[in-house]
Amino acid sequence: MTDLFSKFDALIGEREALLATGVRDPFAIVMDEVKSPTLAVIKGKETILLGTYNYMGMTFDPDVVQAGKDALDNFGSGTTGSRVLNGTYQGHKACEEALQEFYGMDHAMVFSTGYQANLGMISTLAGKGDYIILDADSHASIYDGCYLGNAEIVRFRHNSVEDLDKRLGRLPEDAQKLVVLEGVYSMLGDIAPLPDMVAAVRKHKNCMILVDEAHGMGFFGPNGRGVYEEQGVEDEIDFVVGTFSKSVGTVGGFCVSNHPKFEVLRLVCRPYVFTASLPPSVVATAATSIRKLMHAGNKRAHLWENSKRLHTGLREMGFKLGTETPQSAIIAVILTDQTQAVAMWQSLLELGLYVNMARPPATPAGTFLLRCSLCAEHSDEQVTQILGMFEAAGKATGAIS
Amino acid sequence: MTDRQQIFDSIAAQIAPFNKKEVELTESTTFAGDLEWDSLTVMDFVAAIEDEFDIIITMNMQAEIETVGQLVDAVVKLQG
Repeated sequence: MTDLFSKFDALIGEREALLATGVRDPFAIVMDEVKSPTLAVIKGKETILLGTYNYMGMTFDPDVVQAGKDALDNFGSGTTGSRVLNGTYQGHKACEEALQEFYGMDHAMVFSTGYQANLGMISTLAGKGDYIILDADSHASIYDGCYLGNAEIVRFRHNSVEDLDKRLGRLPEDAQKLVVLEGVYSMLGDIAPLPDMVAAVRKHKNCMILVDEAHGMGFFGPNGRGVYEEQGVEDEIDFVVGTFSKSVGTVGGFCVSNHPKFEVLRLVCRPYVFTASLPPSVVATAATSIRKLMHAGNKRAHLWENSKRLHTGLREMGFKLGTETPQSAIIAVILTDQTQAVAMWQSLLELGLYVNMARPPATPAGTFLLRCSLCAEHSDEQVTQILGMFEAAGKATGAIS
Repeated sequence: MTDRQQIFDSIAAQIAPFNKKEVELTESTTFAGDLEWDSLTVMDFVAAIEDEFDIIITMNMQAEIETVGQLVDAVVKLQG
């Protein structure tokens, strides 16, 4: 029978064949209990979490949790409304103020998810006749922001300053352009050479720059603002987009900017207007977490140590990694094919370690990855255990010799 | 030789390294169907064509281009 689902037959077949070999489904894991930012119970087994993006481990911070409880008591379970109608509470404003302080910017706008922040900012800023210039390895939310809008979309080779420069040079000088970059690219964990890219962009007229710091916030820069702060190009970035679902430890998205007309976006940005605002408990936990992240220098230092230790350890065992050196809190282990990736993933899970499995089309160049994201709350002892599990699983599956 | 033929030949030369099955190229050869290219191959190929002709083929335009002939037409037009 042919119907609208027929186009998915190849994928359904591939999955059935894979699961028929007896492996567990990497995309259907259930966390039965979550004990801490780094520990959960999956099918009765205590499991170290190494694939959560919970970089700063704020999800169980007592102050953060208490703020959420208080907001639930005082403001109820949800707003049931759009930010521009009945859905802006005191807590949403307090959260935006926390972001303004954290980023040292004049304006902050909170969206219901990070995905919607990119969707809304990109589709609204660049309209008909304008151009969006994006990195080929951009996150799906950036691509979807392009598709939602009416601008002309131009792609450049991943992290290539020369390619970006050349493409900008071929566009009409008078046209308005939005260049979209990411601080950390989440699949391989590599970072963007922002100073060189900014310099290339500034050679061309009528360009604004948006940087997505979803995976950089909390961790990079003296104030934890992101890669753009660490690399010293703060004055050159027009818009910073981010999320609450990684270092902040809850859910939601945002954009901060110093543009004097920024506030008009609240009226014209569809993914901001046509959805319910975040529940009061969520914005309360986010605001509390953001304020604590301003003073998290020690945690940042420990997270770097964890990242360096895991990267060095895995490389010495003979694993192929996404980056030559540890560049972020993401370490991607590159495997040859789906069979090896799933075998390795399952072997780690049985040993008590959860990592993300990523496959095309989400991954660059059709690679199969086991993506590890470290947390500032991973103890030295846990990193030792993680390395031991990788060695055992790698040898059992033939990924390393 | 016409300009159009020259452009066709240049495009054919750019297709060659991505033409693993050595499919014979005509104006009506399709990228997705005949050449069986996935989105990653298309991305690399488009970048190569853009640099060869010093043009931009926006993703909006790419969505409309299915055959080699349509790509030749697009390049002719973009080169003005």
